[in-house]
Amino acid sequence: MKVLVAIKRAVDYNVKVRPNSDGSGVDLNNLKMSINPFCEIAVEEAVRLKEKGAVTEIIVVSLGPQKAQEQVRAALAMGADRGILIKIEETIEIEPLAIAKCLKIVCDEEKPDLVLMGKQSIDGDNNQTGQMLAALARYPQGTFASEVVIDNGSVFVTREIDGGLQTIKLALPAIVTTDLRLNVPRYASLPNIMKAKQKPIREITAEELGVDITSRVSIVSVSAPVGRPEGVKVGSVDELLDKLKNEAKVI
Amino acid sequence: MAILVIAEHDNRNLKTATLNAVAAAQVLGDSIDILVAGFGCKTVATETSRVPGIKRVRLADNKVYANQLAENVAPLIAEIAPEYSHVLMSSTTTGKNIIPRAAALIDVQSISDVITVEAEDIFRRPIYAGNIIATVKSNDVIKLMTIRTTAFNIAASEGGSAAVETLNSIHDFEKSEFIRNDLAISERPELTSAKIVISGGRGMGSSENFGLLEKIADKLGAAVGASRAAVDAGFVPNDMQVGQTGKIVAPELYIAVGISGAIQHLAGMKDSKVIVAINKDPDAPIFQVADYGLVADLFDVMPEIDGKLSEYTS
Repeated sequence: MKVLVAIKRAVDYNVKVRPNSDGSGVDLNNLKMSINPFCEIAVEEAVRLKEKGAVTEIIVVSLGPQKAQEQVRAALAMGADRGILIKIEETIEIEPLAIAKCLKIVCDEEKPDLVLMGKQSIDGDNNQTGQMLAALARYPQGTFASEVVIDNGSVFVTREIDGGLQTIKLALPAIVTTDLRLNVPRYASLPNIMKAKQKPIREITAEELGVDITSRVSIVSVSAPVGRPEGVKVGSVDELLDKLKNEAKVI
Repeated sequence: MAILVIAEHDNRNLKTATLNAVAAAQVLGDSIDILVAGFGCKTVATETSRVPGIKRVRLADNKVYANQLAENVAPLIAEIAPEYSHVLMSSTTTGKNIIPRAAALIDVQSISDVITVEAEDIFRRPIYAGNIIATVKSNDVIKLMTIRTTAFNIAASEGGSAAVETLNSIHDFEKSEFIRNDLAISERPELTSAKIVISGGRGMGSSENFGLLEKIADKLGAAVGASRAAVDAGFVPNDMQVGQTGKIVAPELYIAVGISGAIQHLAGMKDSKVIVAINKDPDAPIFQVADYGLVADLFDVMPEIDGKLSEYTS
């Protein structure tokens, strides 16, 4: 069984971003970049499925600038077998629909049995690409997965939904998007990092795939959220309850 | 300009989140239809028809829509979307699951988590865990979007009398099957609609200690939430998680107990009207967003609050 894992290069989750000086975009200069955390969980799940013998090959694919090769390489070090980098210019912010269109072509070529990807990237916070790819590729979708079990041509996905958990059964090939509690990703060992340098990465461009990546939704401006006025420290439970009752009037 | 709102429901009752999406739709225009797709859900359609200002309720009542699987509901939305300028659904896990799939079917780049409608094609939405607010302009002819419920009021639910029309289209994708829901059952109000939320973090130390919060929550009519750290530690189930990837809440009063205040938690609660932080670490980032901070050991102060609350709430 073949698994395709789609990953995104994103600002590291520990970094606090700010708007650039003219408010036209987000200032990403010299910030630490990593594999988007949800995507890392998707890679880990693929590797675990391979270790269990349910999967024979893991292909990792990313869309991004040339530097996104670092993230593909990191996924190879975690245990993926080969990589595909669909290159776009660094200045272009590619949208979920265009990403899904590129990934659809990769699916047509590679014919994976399962596509794993993060449920959202922590930069755009869209939570769309997996669902869009599922629509375009005509695959069933299991979003926000906290458990994935492969069973005889199907995958059982436990989904984290607002009221609790939902279990669905999807016929393969299917798309699963990962939530936080699916697993805890491993750190790549030094020998595996060295080995990953020998693993093949195919590079193509979105143009070569024939996908129009023009934005449909343009950014007019960005701003920092309105800050909260500074609060006060209270010295006792009585003072707190008094303020909540008489000043804030919320109890 | 006609607007379609997709109802969220459990085949018995309309979910309140739908009314937040209706409120967003009302900012856009006054020709609003609501789609109710489900199975055995006529009572939901009747309930929906009483929402004031709705032109018509479109009811697709068939077993293929019983569990609102995205594979079946998305093509139904895609089929009728060309009749509308805007299609809205609340940004719940159901909305997030369905809307992007429907958007891709009609070649539209949907917009997630809209917090403000600036114009018919200009919207504001948070990115980077709410650390940046982006103003975006959609160039698609039909705009599909999910609405962050905490950013809009709950539209009135009684007083209208919209016509209910039946939609007979059946979309059965067949490759996806609902097995079961394991839903948390609680006597307390839902996290996303509660007026008061009291949340615990890693500092709670154990599942049992959440009882300290529950006692106070019951006296205040509050919902109980948790930080990701508390969920990851196994103290409480995931449906209690407040944060960037959990639930987004904005109650009148949010009480954070033993929560340090990681960016991803703040993203889920910093729009609350009044925030109280109780933490023994005076440098915890949660104090930066708190209106009232109490630096103290939660195991001392929570029982004290519990004991003294009645003096202040009577």
